[in-house]
Amino acid sequence: MNIIVCIKQVPSTSEVNIDEKTGSLIRSGIDAKMNPYDLFAIETALQIKQSREAKIIALTMGPPQAEEIIREAFMMGADEGYVLSDRRLAGADVLATAYALSQCVLKIGLPDLIICGKQTTDGDTAQVGPEIAEFLDIPHITNVFRIEDLNEQTMTVSADLPGTVETAAVSLPALISVEKDIYQPRLPSYRLKRSTGQKKVVFYRLDDLPDSDERHYGLAGSPTRVVRVFPPEKDQANEFWEGSPDELAKKLAQSLIDWKFVEEA
Amino acid sequence: FEFVAEDQAQIDKSQWRGIAVYVEHQEGNIHPVTLELIGKARELAGKIDQPVYALFAGAAIRENAESLRDYGVDEIFVYDHPALKFFRIEPYAAVFEDFVQQVKPSAILVGGTPVGRSLAPRVAARFRTGLTADCTKLDMQPNTDLDQIRPAFGGNIMAHIRTQNSRPQFATVRYKIFAAPGRLEHPVGKVTLMPVDDEQLRSKITVLEIKPKPAVQHLEDAEVIVVAGRGLKREQDMEMINTLAERLGGQVAGTRPIIEAGWVDPRRQIGLSGRTVKPKLLITCGVSGSVQFTAGMRGAERIIAINRDPHAPIFNCAHYGLVGDVYEIIPRLLSELPALQNGIAQREVA
Ligand SMILES: Cc1cc2nc3c(=O)[nH]c(=O)nc-3n(C[C@H](O)[C@H](O)[C@H](O)COP(=O)(O)OP(=O)(O)OC[C@H]3O[C@@H](n4cnc5c(N)ncnc54)[C@H](O)[C@@H]3O)c2cc1C
Ligand SMILES: Cc1cc2nc3c(=O)[nH]c(=O)nc-3n(C[C@H](O)[C@H](O)[C@H](O)COP(=O)(O)OP(=O)(O)OC[C@H]3O[C@@H](n4cnc5c(N)ncnc54)[C@H](O)[C@@H]3O)c2cc1C
Repeated sequence: MNIIVCIKQVPSTSEVNIDEKTGSLIRSGIDAKMNPYDLFAIETALQIKQSREAKIIALTMGPPQAEEIIREAFMMGADEGYVLSDRRLAGADVLATAYALSQCVLKIGLPDLIICGKQTTDGDTAQVGPEIAEFLDIPHITNVFRIEDLNEQTMTVSADLPGTVETAAVSLPALISVEKDIYQPRLPSYRLKRSTGQKKVVFYRLDDLPDSDERHYGLAGSPTRVVRVFPPEKDQANEFWEGSPDELAKKLAQSLIDWKFVEEA
Repeated sequence: FEFVAEDQAQIDKSQWRGIAVYVEHQEGNIHPVTLELIGKARELAGKIDQPVYALFAGAAIRENAESLRDYGVDEIFVYDHPALKFFRIEPYAAVFEDFVQQVKPSAILVGGTPVGRSLAPRVAARFRTGLTADCTKLDMQPNTDLDQIRPAFGGNIMAHIRTQNSRPQFATVRYKIFAAPGRLEHPVGKVTLMPVDDEQLRSKITVLEIKPKPAVQHLEDAEVIVVAGRGLKREQDMEMINTLAERLGGQVAGTRPIIEAGWVDPRRQIGLSGRTVKPKLLITCGVSGSVQFTAGMRGAERIIAINRDPHAPIFNCAHYGLVGDVYEIIPRLLSELPALQNGIAQREVA
């Protein structure tokens, strides 16, 4: 069974700054890391591999340094890794991202299962998984928090929904996006770090994809436009309260009464 | 004036009219986010003098569809078929596609529920159009472009997004972002039953079981949360945190080290690998405010932080920062707070 796990490199902090002049995000100089939700996707694949023969393929689209997270996936136990990287992919919204990833999946070969994380910590849309599934014309199930059963043809999963748990069987190939509680992700292993250090990461460019028409990718292929980014308005200004513990306690008690969190005596 | 790449043909926006709302429901019971979206859709449609539509797909839902007229929907399109009893992605996407093709709405609002967040991207991709996630503000341009504002980076920045040259424009909006509209006294909207083709309803998914979750007190539902952090030294110090939460009618939560110490139930961890909460009031006690923690609580309406280190990052996201020792402040606070029953007597004793 072949499993592709989609992973994304994100800024390691969400304290981003905005360039006042261009109104765009300042990304340079910020450390990058694997989207934390994608660790759960990798772990899910590794868990599947524990009970059956499986090849785990990590796939990311991003700048060349996104290779780092593929290496991290190797250190967790992934078998193969692909980076789709091309300047013409820059500025992609969800549609263009999902299309590029789906093309890359076709290039690699449609697997039995694709696993995505729940969402990312930067764009934070949770839309990429379902859009990849649409482009590949395969079924998808989101919010998966348990794998109940799996064989060559079918997978049975449970999804965590607000008031219910829904169990469904889906025929393969299929795409799932997994909840963060599905399995505890393992740490990268030093042993694997050493044994996978020389392992090759495959780089693809736009021209390697079945559809290499650059109008379908990057900014050109993106129907949404970020017109402007700006810091959130604060409904309350931050206030510092200083004073003796007595004064602070009194002030807080009075505020809690004023805000009606406790009844006045 | 809008800059347009020269090789990109402009679409004819006048071919797309009206604002549609996807009706979120569970076996016919309409989710309240639907009404909130209808309220917003009416406001937006009013600005461009266009109709409001609803798309309702399910099994045996005709009567429930009638009720939407009361909220000012001009036309409710109903896809009623036993195969639509449970949400499965392919048949729902298929009737959604049919709706878009028949009705050609300019904008479509979908609830940011698990179903909405699964369905909307699938259909948006099918039409090669844009979808803006979790909008918190929506407005309408005279040329029918939807102004969509949404948080990203865990709420640290807001993005203003437009889908300028594709239709329909898709947006998801979470529950409780917009207000539900009042009912009309004389509804005029109509219900239109749409034919469903069995071919459309094929699915590779079989729903085996839907189990209601045990009704535990969810941290997510709490209006008041008191969070214990590593500023607490011993398990018995949780006592004052529990008492404070109790006095405020709230729930207790913890940062990861507190959960790992076993002092608080793991389901009460807030943060990236825990829960995301949005209470009216959140008080942190001895919490440093790491990004992994704040990712789960930035949405709280009022954040009060007690920490003895004036440089603790928690003060960057707290609305009220109290620089001090939790061991000195909380016991005093408890004695200042009137007790629930006979507050005055309590206070005098203290
Ligand atoms: C402030 C801001 C707001 C934005 N808002 C929108 C918006 O509303 N609509 C829109 O269309 N675009 C939006 N974008 C663009 C969008 O974030 C990017 O297109 C991004 O490439 C994909 O979306 P995401 O980060 O939300 O991923 P999500 O959909 O949250 O990711 C879900 C999963 O998909 C997989 N995945 C995602 N990206 C990759 C990748 N590059 N490589 C491999 N796997 C991946 C991972 O498994 C991940 O866990 C926004 C960007 C910014 C900066
Ligand atoms: C992938 C990943 C996921 C994570 N997910 C989560 C998560 O979901 N939730 C989470 O909470 N953490 C998470 N963490 C851990 C996180 O990075 C922090 O380590 C954790 O939040 C710190 O908890 P704390 O604030 O209680 O402790 P500390 O960081 O140790 O802070 C204690 C604070 O208490 C103050 N203090 C000490 N004594 C007193 C006193 N007497 N009175 C007043 N103040 C006092 C100190 O000044 C200090 O600021 C995650 C980490 C990783 C790597």
